[in-house]
Amino acid sequence: MATLIKEQRIVADSWRLLSRGPKGELPEVPPSGDVVVPLALWLARREALLAYPGKLGVWLDANEGPEAIAADLQHFALVAVNFPKFGDGRGYSTARLLRERYGFKGELRAIGDVLHDHLFFMEQCGFDAFALREDQDAQEALSVFDTFSDSYQTSVLRPVPLFRRRLSAGKS
Amino acid sequence: MYIYDEIDQKLVDERVSQFRDQTRRYLAGKLSEDEFRALRLRNGLYVQRYAPMLRIAIPYGLLSTRQLRKLAHIARRYDRGYGHFSTRQNLQLNWPKLPQVPDILAELATVEMHAIQTSGNSFRNITTDHFASVAQDEIVDSFVWCEIIRQWSTFHPEFSYLPRKFKFAVNGAKSDRAAVAVHDIGLHAVLNAGGEVGFRVLVGGGLGRTPVIGFVIREFLPWQHLLSYCEAILRVYNRYGRRDNIHKARIKILVKERGPERFREEVEAEWAHLKDGPLTLISEEIARIESRFTRPEYLQLPATDARLDTALASDRAFASWHRRNVHPHKRPGYAAVTLSLKQTGVPPGDVTAEQMDKIADLADRYSFGELRVSHEQNLIFADVQVADLFGLWKEVKALGFATPNVGLLTNIICCPGGDFCSLANAKSIPVAEAIQQRFDDLDYLHDIGEIDVNISGCMNACGHHHVGHIGILGVDKNGEEWYQIEVGGNQGEIRPGVAASLGKVIGPSFARAQIPDVIEKLIECYLSRRDSDAERFIDVVRRIGVEPFKESVYGNADQRAAHRRGQLAPA
Repeated sequence: MATLIKEQRIVADSWRLLSRGPKGELPEVPPSGDVVVPLALWLARREALLAYPGKLGVWLDANEGPEAIAADLQHFALVAVNFPKFGDGRGYSTARLLRERYGFKGELRAIGDVLHDHLFFMEQCGFDAFALREDQDAQEALSVFDTFSDSYQTSVLRPVPLFRRRLSAGKS
Repeated sequence: MYIYDEIDQKLVDERVSQFRDQTRRYLAGKLSEDEFRALRLRNGLYVQRYAPMLRIAIPYGLLSTRQLRKLAHIARRYDRGYGHFSTRQNLQLNWPKLPQVPDILAELATVEMHAIQTSGNSFRNITTDHFASVAQDEIVDSFVWCEIIRQWSTFHPEFSYLPRKFKFAVNGAKSDRAAVAVHDIGLHAVLNAGGEVGFRVLVGGGLGRTPVIGFVIREFLPWQHLLSYCEAILRVYNRYGRRDNIHKARIKILVKERGPERFREEVEAEWAHLKDGPLTLISEEIARIESRFTRPEYLQLPATDARLDTALASDRAFASWHRRNVHPHKRPGYAAVTLSLKQTGVPPGDVTAEQMDKIADLADRYSFGELRVSHEQNLIFADVQVADLFGLWKEVKALGFATPNVGLLTNIICCPGGDFCSLANAKSIPVAEAIQQRFDDLDYLHDIGEIDVNISGCMNACGHHHVGHIGILGVDKNGEEWYQIEVGGNQGEIRPGVAASLGKVIGPSFARAQIPDVIEKLIECYLSRRDSDAERFIDVVRRIGVEPFKESVYGNADQRAAHRRGQLAPA
């Protein structure tokens, strides 16, 4: 089991992540519990899933953009974004768009090849939960969130860029 | 020089701690080779043919003497006493030891330097015109805009794992001395009819194995929108750039596959969401960045100097140096000077620690304690009083940096090549040296006039061979080193009307020993075809095409056909 870090703390994970089978077949949905379904399942069985008794989440693969679920976000308590390889940076854009453009307020979870050294930027982009790859030392990874004390850019954590904040600090 | 504020400094210090921790975890076996690779590359650390190679960032090529002395110290203490200035205006050390790299970065941080994002699939060092802020044809001071982009692109959380590396070039003058057409994004400052500053934005240019001239995505982008527009371009690239094949992952391939028009539409659609948002630049920020640059305290001087005129009239060697290596300045009584790192027998761009210290002393005495690295791998003193030129020349000459060849055939741009680089197919430094030896007659060089000869040891094109007027590319044929010749490339519109272009391969490749002969034939062809000595090599190629040059090397079409049938020796 991957360790889950949420809001900078190690927590137990109540969610069950459903994936397609080896031939791409859609997974079966269990009778109850909190489930995260792949985008394809949501698109195929939307009506049935809306009646699901547990909490519902959806996960996007790296090549699946947030546009596909932008109009449905009110149905999800959790959106997960998969990082097939740590060097695949598409999920960072997906996260920002979900937060900044589509206003998603629920849990935004990074899954897949999620490593210590990438959590800082992921958090900046709006992820608040991280399902660490199994071999990662979660305790050690908790220190990573204050790697940098500031950043120049706009991001989900710092919507106002440093040059505007510097200016208001100079004026006050 | 841009002077860090507390936050700038803190971020660089925090980067050192981060990398120290990453190195510790790697050495303790907690990080795999592959995972550490991605992290060390972001700090400029390659594992090369003989040892690691550390690429130190020199943002937009601007360096203070305090920083240069620190680089000399680092080269001595942690390396073998020399460094190599690269075509990206950076400095490379070829022999550092991995466990010591965090200490090197800590030393760099004490002089506001770093190796952040000098490699890896992220934003690279932003390059610009080496005559920025002193050029007579200046539109804006490009250093200011480079620094604004440097800050935006440093540790950008969304764009830290791009499909591939990403290179910006910014040009602030009328002439393009930054090669904006062959960068992922090229920005060329322009004024609109109302006199307001904006940028012509080019996207998708680049060299490497698929050389492309960038396309103009916007003729005029008002400066306020610079960052939000770049953010839109980068978001489209980050989301849709290819990640399945490293050789097709640059933005130029995305632009090509989409087509420029569709790519533009996608960027504009993304930008519609970002435009006028918090990233919109404000004049107070431009003024703040401007005010953090130290500026020379220029004196009011006459434009000419009698002693200079006397020296020019009496000393022929000084006069020829002055003609090639001294450049006009926007302030009367001042000039910019190139220190040539292209002395025959020394790998282009290489400087020893002792030389760095001596150059720092000279820059303190002659040029307000600052210097620049040019993408042609030379050093520039930007603010020299014309009355001091003769004295400076004598001192520079004693150091071996007064080769009067700027713009001439022996001012070769050359990558480290197979002598150092593990990617190279062939050596490049000995080729440069052989050409320099063949063309050692200064009068002949001046007669040939302006020409760029660029050499790369492999198709990654670090020596910019595609944009050399003559380009030389090392290729591997069954384990042997061969060299392909291109003619007709041009790095940018340095002279109005002569746009950037890519060279064309003229024919089958040559053994290394043949290269000086081939270059000589090309030069003879040019000399016999030019209208006057005002018509440069590249102008003649543009006027008559590549065919006559091809003939001069391989013979005419009949002879070439005969040669292919094996009936004739090469011309």
